[in-house]
Amino acid sequence: MPKHDTPLLDQLESGPWPSFVSDLKRMAQKKDECWDILGQVELSYKDKITHWKHGGIVGVFGYGGGVIGRYSDVPTRFPGVAHFHTVRLNQPSSKFYSTAILRQICDMWERRGSGMTNFHGSTGDLVLLGTTTDQLEEIFWECTHDLGMDLGGSGGNLRTPSCCLGKARCEWSCYDTQAACHNITMTYQDELHRPAFPYKFKTKFSGCPNDCVAAIARSDFAVIGNWRDDIRIDQAAVKGYVNGDHAANGGAHSGRDWGKFDIQKEVIDLCPTGCMWMEGDALKIDNAECTRCMHCINVLPRALRPGKDQGASILIGAKAPILDGAQIATLVIPFCKMDPENEFEEYKDLLEKCWDWWMEHGKNRERIGESMQRIGLNNFLSIIEVEPIPQHVKEPRSNPYVFWKDEEVEGGFERDVKEFRKRHAM
Amino acid sequence: MGYDPENPMKDRITDIGPPHYEQFFPPVIKENYGKWLYHEIVQPGVLVHVSETGAECYTVRIGCARLISVDMVRDYCEIADKHCDGYLRFTTRNNVEFMVDSKDKVQPLLDDLAKNGQMPVGGTGAGVTNIVHTQGWVHCHTPATDASGVVKAVMDELFDYFTSMTLPAQVRVALACCLNMCGAVHCSDIAILGVHRKPPLIDHDVISSVCEIPLAIASCPLGAVKPAKGTTTTGEEVKSVTVTVERCMFCGNCYTMCPAMPLADPEGDGIAILVGGKISNARSAPKFSKLVIPFLPNTPPRWPETVAAVKNILEVYAKDANKYERVGEWAERIGWEKFFEKCNIPFTEKSIDDYRLAYDTWRTTTQFKYTSHIK
Repeated sequence: MPKHDTPLLDQLESGPWPSFVSDLKRMAQKKDECWDILGQVELSYKDKITHWKHGGIVGVFGYGGGVIGRYSDVPTRFPGVAHFHTVRLNQPSSKFYSTAILRQICDMWERRGSGMTNFHGSTGDLVLLGTTTDQLEEIFWECTHDLGMDLGGSGGNLRTPSCCLGKARCEWSCYDTQAACHNITMTYQDELHRPAFPYKFKTKFSGCPNDCVAAIARSDFAVIGNWRDDIRIDQAAVKGYVNGDHAANGGAHSGRDWGKFDIQKEVIDLCPTGCMWMEGDALKIDNAECTRCMHCINVLPRALRPGKDQGASILIGAKAPILDGAQIATLVIPFCKMDPENEFEEYKDLLEKCWDWWMEHGKNRERIGESMQRIGLNNFLSIIEVEPIPQHVKEPRSNPYVFWKDEEVEGGFERDVKEFRKRHAM
Repeated sequence: MGYDPENPMKDRITDIGPPHYEQFFPPVIKENYGKWLYHEIVQPGVLVHVSETGAECYTVRIGCARLISVDMVRDYCEIADKHCDGYLRFTTRNNVEFMVDSKDKVQPLLDDLAKNGQMPVGGTGAGVTNIVHTQGWVHCHTPATDASGVVKAVMDELFDYFTSMTLPAQVRVALACCLNMCGAVHCSDIAILGVHRKPPLIDHDVISSVCEIPLAIASCPLGAVKPAKGTTTTGEEVKSVTVTVERCMFCGNCYTMCPAMPLADPEGDGIAILVGGKISNARSAPKFSKLVIPFLPNTPPRWPETVAAVKNILEVYAKDANKYERVGEWAERIGWEKFFEKCNIPFTEKSIDDYRLAYDTWRTTTQFKYTSHIK
C-alpha cells in the first residue's frame, strides 16, 4: 500500500532503462523512509524545486569530512527523511568488489540507513544516502571494525583519490594506477579526513592518454600514463588488420557498415603529427615526432602497444566552472616514473610542494588551478622548482609585457633622475 | 561489543583507508595483472581481454541507475555469485561489469541478465554509454533540475544507442544539476546542465545568524554582492547584503556560502545544453563543451524538450560525422555555424562568451562558411 501517491514519478517506471523509481518502491516495502524519499521527490516534481535544506554540519569524532548533513524542508510531511545525511565511503581502487563485502555493506546500510546508495559518487566514493545523526558513530564503528572500510573526503581536503582499472584489465596502462591510488590514499589519510586546505583538492590516476577517469578535466593533480620510447609494433598483426582478419578499433564500430578497413584513411591520415607511413606491408612510425595521442593504438590494439619505458605525465589545476570558469589541467611534468618501489616519491615530492604553497597562499575557496592563474604559470613553476620548458605552453606569449625583475636587468632599477636630466632636458 | 556512546574513544579505529583492491580481484584478473595483450568488443556490451599467458577475460557491461537500493546491489551479487566466482566491478560511468574466464560462460550470464529486466547490456564502443550524473532533487540542496529523472528519460530515448555501436565514435553524455558540476560535465560530448536564471533572494530575517556576511560578499566572482543594511519582517535593521542584479550571472556561489541567499525557482530554473567536449587525448586535445542551447524548461517527469534536444544533436552527428570523429571534432571540422544550421538550433547572443577569456572564442579571420545566418 503506497504511503504517498506519486503519479509523476510513476511515469518513470516504464521504458527500457533501469528505473530508480521502481527500485525505491521495492525498497520502500522494507524501509518506510524510502516512501518519504518518493513522496518528497514527487513534491519536487510538482513544485519544480528542491526540498532539501542548505547543509548542516554533522560528522564523526576526529574527522572533518566524509559525512554531509542533509535535512528536509518539509519534515512534517516526510518525517522519514527529516534528517537524511550522506555518508561517503572510500571505494577500493578501481571499484572491484567481492559479493561478500558488498553484502556486508548492504546489510549494515539496511539496518542503519535508508538502504539507498550511489554506486558511485562523482568523485569515486561509495555513497550511502540517508541516515540520522545518532547512527553516524555506529556506522563508522561498523565500517572500521567489521567491514575494513573508512570514510572518504568532503570539504576543503584531499578528496577521495580515484583511478582507472589500469593493469588489472587493460593492456595500455603505463603505470600501476591502482597501486598508486591506494598508496597515495593511505599516505595522506590525515589530509583526506581533516580539512586544512583552502578548498577541495582532487587527484586522479589514469593509465594512458585515453584518460578513462577524466583526470585531465576533473582533478587538481592529474597523473596520466605516458611513455618515452618507441611504440611497439607487431607487423604481422598490422597485416592482419589490413587484410580484414581483425576488427579495427577493437570492434567498436561493428554496428554499422563503414566499408573495408583502410589503414591510410583511418590511421595514418588521422595521426595528428603525420608521423606514420606504410612501406610495403609494414607500418612505419617516426617516433621522435609522435605525441602519443593513442589514436593508432586504439584502432590497432593487436598490432600496436605503448613503448616499454613507461611512466606518467603530471598535469595540474583542472576544475569545473565555479568560480573563474572551467579549467583543463596544465602540463607541468612531461614525464616521470610512477614507481611503487620508491613509494611514488616523485609524485609525492611535487604534490607536497604544491600543497605547502597553496595552503599558505591560496585564498578561501580557491582551487589550485585558480591560484595558478592568479600568480601566473611562470611564477607557479618557480615556486614548485620546475624549470620552464616549451612543453609547458601551447605557444609563446604574443604580448611583450614581461615582468622583468630588478636583478635581471644590467645596473638594476635604481636610477637618478637628476643624472638623467643632465643629459635630457625637459 | 560495538560502539559505546558512553565511551566513544574506546577501541576506536581511524584512518585505515579503503580496503586493499587486490582481495577483490577475480582469479583471472589477479593471475593476469599487467599481462594483458589486447582486447576486442565481441558484441555490444561484451569485451574480451587476451593475456600473454593465453588466458581470456570476458566482461559483460550493464547499465545501472547509480541511485540504487541495497536490494539492487544484492541482485548484482546474486549474478556475480552464480557466474563470476563472487566478484564484480563498477565503472567510472556507473556501469556494472561482470567478468568470466571463458567464452562458454558468457551466454548463460547474458541470459540471466536478460531475465532480470533491469540490467541492460551495452555501453561499449561507438555508442552512448551510461550518463554520469549528480543527485538532483533526490538529495541535493543547490540543484536547478533533477538528475536521476532526466537521466532516466534521456536514456530511455537513447537506449538503442546504448545497446548498439552504430555511431561515428563514442558519445559521452553527462548531467550536472547545477553549475557546481559535481558531475563535471564541462568536457562531455553532450552535457545537460541545470541552470538558474533568477538572482538570489535575500532573507534579512536570518542572514546575520546563518551567514558570515564577508564570505557571502567575497563569494561573488563579479562583485555583485555588496554589504548593505536590511530590514527584517519585524522592522529591525540588520547587517545584510544587496545584489546588483545586472551583474549577477546566476552561478549560485553566494547560496553555497550563505543559506540566506536562495536562488532556486520553478520558472527560473531549467537546463542548458553544451556540446563538443572530450577528455581523451586521442587525435585532438581535450576540449571544453560549448553552450549551444541556453535554456530549456524543467518539465518533469520526462523533460521532453531536453530529451528531444539531446536526441536531435546525437542523430544529426550520427549522420554527418566521419568515422572516429567525436562530436566536438565534427563541429570544428564543419564549423560551428554549420553545426547550428545542420542541427536546426537557433543561434542566440547567449552562445557568445562574455565572461573571462571570452575574446579567445571570438572569430578573428575572414574564414567562415555561408549559412542561413547570413541574410
